[in-house]
Amino acid sequence: MSSATEVKPPRYIDALGEGMATALEEDERVVLIGIDVGAGGGIFRVTKGLLERFGPDRVLDTPISEMGFVGAAVGAAMTGLRPIVEIMFMDFVGVCLDPILNQAAKLRYMSAGALEIPVVFRMQTGAGRSAGAQHSQSLEAWFAHVPGLKVVMPATVTDARDLLLASVRDPNPVVFVENRRLYSMRGELGEDPLPLGKARVARAGDDVTVVTWGQMLRACLAAADECEVSLEVIDLRSLVPLDMETVIESARRTGRLLVVHEAVQDFGAGAEIAARVADELFDELRTPVRRLGAPPVPFPFNPELESTLLPSTNAIASAAQALEKEG
Amino acid sequence: MSTFPAAALFATMAVIRAFETRVAELYKAGEIPGFVHTSLGQEAVAAGVGAALAPGDYVATTHRGHGHCLARGVDLDAMTAELFAREGGVCHGKGGSMHIADPSKGVLGANAIVGASLPLGVGAGLSSKLLRQARVSAAFFGEGAVNQGAFHEAVNLAAIWDLPVLFVCENNVYAEFSDSRRMTRVPSVVERTAAYGIDAEEVDGNDAEAVYALARRAAALCREGRGPFLIEAATYRHHGHYEGDPQAYKPDDEAAAWRDRDPLSVTAQRLVERGEASQEELDAITAQAAERVDAAVERARTLPAPDRDEAFADVFGD
Repeated sequence: MSSATEVKPPRYIDALGEGMATALEEDERVVLIGIDVGAGGGIFRVTKGLLERFGPDRVLDTPISEMGFVGAAVGAAMTGLRPIVEIMFMDFVGVCLDPILNQAAKLRYMSAGALEIPVVFRMQTGAGRSAGAQHSQSLEAWFAHVPGLKVVMPATVTDARDLLLASVRDPNPVVFVENRRLYSMRGELGEDPLPLGKARVARAGDDVTVVTWGQMLRACLAAADECEVSLEVIDLRSLVPLDMETVIESARRTGRLLVVHEAVQDFGAGAEIAARVADELFDELRTPVRRLGAPPVPFPFNPELESTLLPSTNAIASAAQALEKEG
Repeated sequence: MSTFPAAALFATMAVIRAFETRVAELYKAGEIPGFVHTSLGQEAVAAGVGAALAPGDYVATTHRGHGHCLARGVDLDAMTAELFAREGGVCHGKGGSMHIADPSKGVLGANAIVGASLPLGVGAGLSSKLLRQARVSAAFFGEGAVNQGAFHEAVNLAAIWDLPVLFVCENNVYAEFSDSRRMTRVPSVVERTAAYGIDAEEVDGNDAEAVYALARRAAALCREGRGPFLIEAATYRHHGHYEGDPQAYKPDDEAAAWRDRDPLSVTAQRLVERGEASQEELDAITAQAAERVDAAVERARTLPAPDRDEAFADVFGD
């Protein structure tokens, strides 16, 4: 009798690949478009094997020409395809903002609903790898600021698959932000996907509500493990739609809110959440709302310098403990 | 009298001319809000290309797109109501002059971003190819857009993917306020396009029949999978970049010289010479177009503003 090989749970990157394979399988209008997504299998191998499985009419390699192929993906979405378009690094969106900002986000509205734009803009971010200032930015707040775009940030293995599928099935343009530091993370795939637009209580607790998304979920859960106070950690999963109901319900109960994100804190999405909670719960909060994000400097190349800029587990735990002491 | 193509082209041009002339007046009178860019002088390109396309073909156009929309059959009443920002406008009063879209006619929208029509048009061509629909996607743009990266990226993509895209450059001499010939060492768009290895031809953009003939041939090539194709139509913008533009940058004698080659006169003269229409018949077509536009304007004036809820509708679909 041969010994059973231990089957490791899938990685976040595998779940993304499975999500895309399922989307391509279930709907022939789905196509994958991007630099090196086909023959190369993607810069991080997220799309590995999809060209071989689905062929060159479904998985399209492009020139290094984001304005062209992102715009073409929007045009294709308007005319019957459901493209998943990959922007290799989120930072590169700077060379192709127009198709996202002025086309995908606006054309349904400007045509009074006559045009439908079911397109997913996949992009990945993730500071903490010495990638330098042009390969490390978390720009999700930019997109959340533009009406007409959904903004999705999976933090778990199951959400990498489930939110990707939900995004492809959505009739709207979705900015789908992966964090490359999560790519190798392993985890179980769930059976019953939580819908896009619902936040998830990742850890129940009583003293401080911690709202986060993306890569910072891991740091927040680690902080919850080592913290002297009880943290309720909420994984937002998407900034648009924003599930404030779950956040408000929790903050009302704990009376304290800490928002943690990898993006620069100034003018970040944390400010929006803080403002909304303050508006709604001004009289019920025990302490002012606190935020933790990166300081307003570009990410430096030096690993030690860079790591000091990201909210650490310790910083999150300390901030939560300080809130609990305050009131 | 032959009804197609020359007389029909003339009739389409007459409607565009009447519409644009009236729109310019109404804008000056303050009846139309926002910004308006008219295509007066460029009617032959819209009419010629519009007639060469088939039902189901796509059009992605520009801020100067009224003519293209009319030539593809977008409802004149609904367009007029849209310019008046009224209920019943083709975009419910939420798009306006620069954003008229009617996918039921294949019109993917006028677009206020210079160069944006090209990648969108390429995307429509990609859909057509991958969904095996044999639809041609026509992307209109001006020569000013040829200096945008979007032009080069879009043409290159259409080329490597062999897409059924008809790029239609309306070279009207001016990129907004600037003489385009001063903005590049290679003013010929056909010449610049050659670098991408696709077919490109120049045509007299004030000759609707010539535009039609070339566009028809080019569209057929696209439909056979031998696209993309670029047409450079040499024409002239009679009015400014926008209505109200004082046009101080235009040399004094230039406009007059182009008006001698007015696209409506060119076709009218030929129709009469060939005995395909009398001047009286052409005058009747012109008068009919003006009446049609007048009726649309009168109707638009009576329409209410959109319901306030309309402002919040169509941001997202369900």
